[in-house]
Amino acid sequence: MSLRDGPFQDLKVPLTWTAAVAVIVAMVIGVALLLGDHRGTLQGQAIGASRGALDSVTRPVSNVIAAPVRWIGDGVNGVKQYFFAVSENRRLRAEVADLSQWRDKAVALKDDNVRYQSLLGLKTDPPIPMVGARVIADSRGPFANTRLADAGTEVGVAVGNPVMTEHGLVGRVLGVAKGVSRILLLTDVASRTPVLDDRSNSRAILTGDGGGEPKLDYLRGADPVKAGDRVLTSGDGGLFPRGLPVGTVVQGLDGNWRVRLDSDDGPIDLVRILLFRDFSQLADQRALQAATVPPLPPAEAADVAARALPAPTPPPAAASSAKPIAASSAPAASSAKPAKKTTAPPAASSAKPVAASSAKPVSASPAASSAKPTPAPKPKPAASSAPAAGAQP
Amino acid sequence: MSYANSASRLDPLQWLGLPVLTAVAVTLLFAVPLRIFGLQLPEPVFPMVLAFAWAVIRPSMIAPFVLLALGLLLDLFWGGPVGLWAVALLAAYGLVLAVRATLTGRGAVVMWIWYGAACALAFGVGTLVTVLKTGSIPSPFALFWQVFITLLLYPFAHTLIERFDDADVRFR
Repeated sequence: MSLRDGPFQDLKVPLTWTAAVAVIVAMVIGVALLLGDHRGTLQGQAIGASRGALDSVTRPVSNVIAAPVRWIGDGVNGVKQYFFAVSENRRLRAEVADLSQWRDKAVALKDDNVRYQSLLGLKTDPPIPMVGARVIADSRGPFANTRLADAGTEVGVAVGNPVMTEHGLVGRVLGVAKGVSRILLLTDVASRTPVLDDRSNSRAILTGDGGGEPKLDYLRGADPVKAGDRVLTSGDGGLFPRGLPVGTVVQGLDGNWRVRLDSDDGPIDLVRILLFRDFSQLADQRALQAATVPPLPPAEAADVAARALPAPTPPPAAASSAKPIAASSAPAASSAKPAKKTTAPPAASSAKPVAASSAKPVSASPAASSAKPTPAPKPKPAASSAPAAGAQP
Repeated sequence: MSYANSASRLDPLQWLGLPVLTAVAVTLLFAVPLRIFGLQLPEPVFPMVLAFAWAVIRPSMIAPFVLLALGLLLDLFWGGPVGLWAVALLAAYGLVLAVRATLTGRGAVVMWIWYGAACALAFGVGTLVTVLKTGSIPSPFALFWQVFITLLLYPFAHTLIERFDDADVRFR
């Protein structure tokens, strides 16, 4: 029996109202999903099962669609190369001449570098393995700038891995499934990348806004950057290795300092995914936590204990004159804290980000901090290429 | 048998199903990573055509949920926040549904202007969501470019409206 034959046959609901109710219900579902979204975070579940499943389904379809387009692109490039062969040859000759000088400098610097490393007992970054992948889909809107690459968990790609072309950094892996990974581009509005200016060594956060040239945020000091400066990854936070080429500083129409990305110099059809893990991931955290620190010598322990004791309360008459003393004793007390706790926690925590293993050969903590690669002299172009060279498989 | 002569109910597969498949197919097609002489393909929001045309053709209880699914698919495929385009498309659909009586019998230019208003609302919602979620304002140039490209899709919405507007005698 259909509804028309039943007792509700005379019941007529205005269709516009029911459609409006349907819109509201659908909107509530959409808002609920939006509130639960964690895109852009480094959480493993940020990609979600639905994203991973859709990417896996999309991969063969996009691959098929992209194939003829790729052929067309190759054809156009072939024609372009044919017609511009002479000017290209001229340009390459000049570049080779320029690079030859750089090569000589690089060889000399490498030799110096090896000697310094052996003198200081530095432990350098391990070589970074990488996998190649082909980009099969691309989104370029103001709200999302991502790409889909055809390499996934089966080759060891993980969330957070940096992605590069032969020109420079492209972004990082946002989500990964079998056979496919989603790359969050540097231009995406949710992208934040710690970078440094090659000339001044000043730090900044590269902030995407959906446009072609991401902004440099949180710049400090007078003239921290100038137009034309090279921008590299700083390695802060351990997300990216230090020294990956990012781009060149330009001033945007809005007056903000922006970065013209090196990766825009060519098509992003083939990318390299660096299977990078920072020291905090490489080091055995349990072993670090369980490490026991030898006790201090008695004399030093007594000195530390004396400094840790609270300063005696000065008489009221001398209160004003005592202030500086109290003030100066406060830092001493606070500085005594970590010294008192020369035990595992401070050492372990300081060793976490960078110098977990570099602190080993150096016994004193100041030396350990100086052993960090961060305060090293300004990175030269040769230094910027070092990680890439180290990243060779 | 043409749809207009059938004088019967619209087949949901015809006015909802096929346009959805078409929108998904062209969205996939326009997502290919093609760059020739430094230029990339534009990325219009094809489902915006459906959000506008469906609300004009007739009120429906299915259409909002199809738009929800389409928006979610768009978010997942483009890698954006899940729910952004679903909410944006539904906002545009709701606006057009609310002023549907005003749109009846209007010429193409007026309809195009209303389509522009629907686009502006959808992109405004998208911008608001992005600002709330990331704390960053999307690039005005990138925003304008995608709005402009999406506005150029109105002829497809017009074709869809012309084809199905009088197909169901109850909504003449």
